[in-house]
Amino acid sequence: MSALILPIMTSLMGLVLAPLLLGVINRTKAVFAGRHGSPLLQAYFDLVKLLKKGAVYSRTTTWVFHAAPVIGLTSLVAALVLLPVAGVRAPVTFAGDLVVFIYALGLLRFFTVAAALDTGSSFEGMGASREVHFSALAEPAIVLGVASLASATRSLSLTGIFSSMTPNVWIEAGPALALVLAALFIVFLAENSRIPIDDPNTHLELTMIHEVMILDYSGPDLALVLYGATLKLWVLGALIVNVVLSPFNLTGIQDMLCFVAGMLLLSIAVGIVESMMARTSLLKVPRLLVTAISLSVIAFTLVLRFR
Amino acid sequence: MMTLLQNTLLVALVLTSFGMLVSGRLGVYIRIVALQGVMVGLLPLVAGHAVPTLHLVFVATAIIGLKGFVFPYLLSRALRESKTRREMNPFVGHLSSVFFGILALLGSFWMDSRLSLQSHSSSELAIPMAFTTILIGLFLIVTRRTALSQVIGFLVLENGIYAFGLAIVYEVPVLLELGVLMDVFVAVFVMGIAIYHINREFDHMDIDRLNTLRG
Repeated sequence: MSALILPIMTSLMGLVLAPLLLGVINRTKAVFAGRHGSPLLQAYFDLVKLLKKGAVYSRTTTWVFHAAPVIGLTSLVAALVLLPVAGVRAPVTFAGDLVVFIYALGLLRFFTVAAALDTGSSFEGMGASREVHFSALAEPAIVLGVASLASATRSLSLTGIFSSMTPNVWIEAGPALALVLAALFIVFLAENSRIPIDDPNTHLELTMIHEVMILDYSGPDLALVLYGATLKLWVLGALIVNVVLSPFNLTGIQDMLCFVAGMLLLSIAVGIVESMMARTSLLKVPRLLVTAISLSVIAFTLVLRFR
Repeated sequence: MMTLLQNTLLVALVLTSFGMLVSGRLGVYIRIVALQGVMVGLLPLVAGHAVPTLHLVFVATAIIGLKGFVFPYLLSRALRESKTRREMNPFVGHLSSVFFGILALLGSFWMDSRLSLQSHSSSELAIPMAFTTILIGLFLIVTRRTALSQVIGFLVLENGIYAFGLAIVYEVPVLLELGVLMDVFVAVFVMGIAIYHINREFDHMDIDRLNTLRG
């Protein structure tokens, strides 16, 4: 039983620390813009405030709209427990769990889109259409990226992949892993609707994607959606940080500290990207995502050649 | 370690070629082709021997100097003189170009496995990667509209051929390599003059419009 304590602790750490990433990103952006910025814990304050409020529902909505935030959060927690933290194994692990991981995120997306369509607002339908369009391009990139990780380490579970990713794997298939990292980073930005693809700060802009789909949520439901968004940031970011950290063979508390530091660094990197890049025009976003796909394809063929 | 360096260079070669397929700006094309020139120049230094011989260092400096600095200078001068800044409507769109690149990559790996060429390179990637670069260079020549991007496509093609030759025959006489470099130099020079003339006669360098010329 004691073997399970550390893995469960790492998952709990994810649940607790996820909203902090948002604070770090916003603080980095504020520093770049020369502003003082909101407190690092602002996301927590927002969540508490929203949980205290009541919810308003449109008369056109059905159970799909009510269920979507809960299902989304559940699938994110399912993805979280499958995810190891560098040296520590995941609470739940089995062969093929990487497919479950990717499609848990897919389930979240499906219900977000279904709920957006359920409101009957044409505005939200537009956002749903964009979300589906872009995620259809982001999905091959992440599937092939994770497949190349699996192929490089000859393992079919996320825990297995990251525990058998020794420095040797990096020396053997270094270029391929670097490509996977780049592809995962683009997918990470796209899935979390960060700047080159989507702007998380805009409301009522004709170009936004994720924010438009959650316009009708209020109160506790909005809190669930927002918390889910931060958790998604954590889950996908952890994938990237794991690829980088695994070869160092860390254990225990030291490992967790390095992991959290890695996540914070990743958030700072996102903040820097957002401060330095402009949002690409909607028509050019597919170009970016197809770049991610081609990076993953190149990585996958390289890995097949290396093994 | 040498193999890792060599693999990294080869992958970077293909990646930069993909970058050309995605991007539409001629300035970016020129910078990428300069970068490729430097990478191709470094390739013989990291391929195989632990300590590079004097002959290799000489060839590498000549290649880096010509492909990394002289050609890009000539090309950017041609770009400055023309009014074109970006490749407007390539015959094949950017997304389809990237898909072609992926197909070329897969095809090169498949062909390499079928041909079983005698590779003298320590890297297994050398032949497929070089072949992908050749195919992408050809594709750029065929599908891009401006005369300048066709010259750049030719340079990419040449980079691929050089990497391919390096993988097949390791020791090439200096004289031969310099001869090839000289040929490329003359080619770029002549094409530069051609671009200049096309530009002066027609105020643009869109070669597609040459089709409508009447005698």
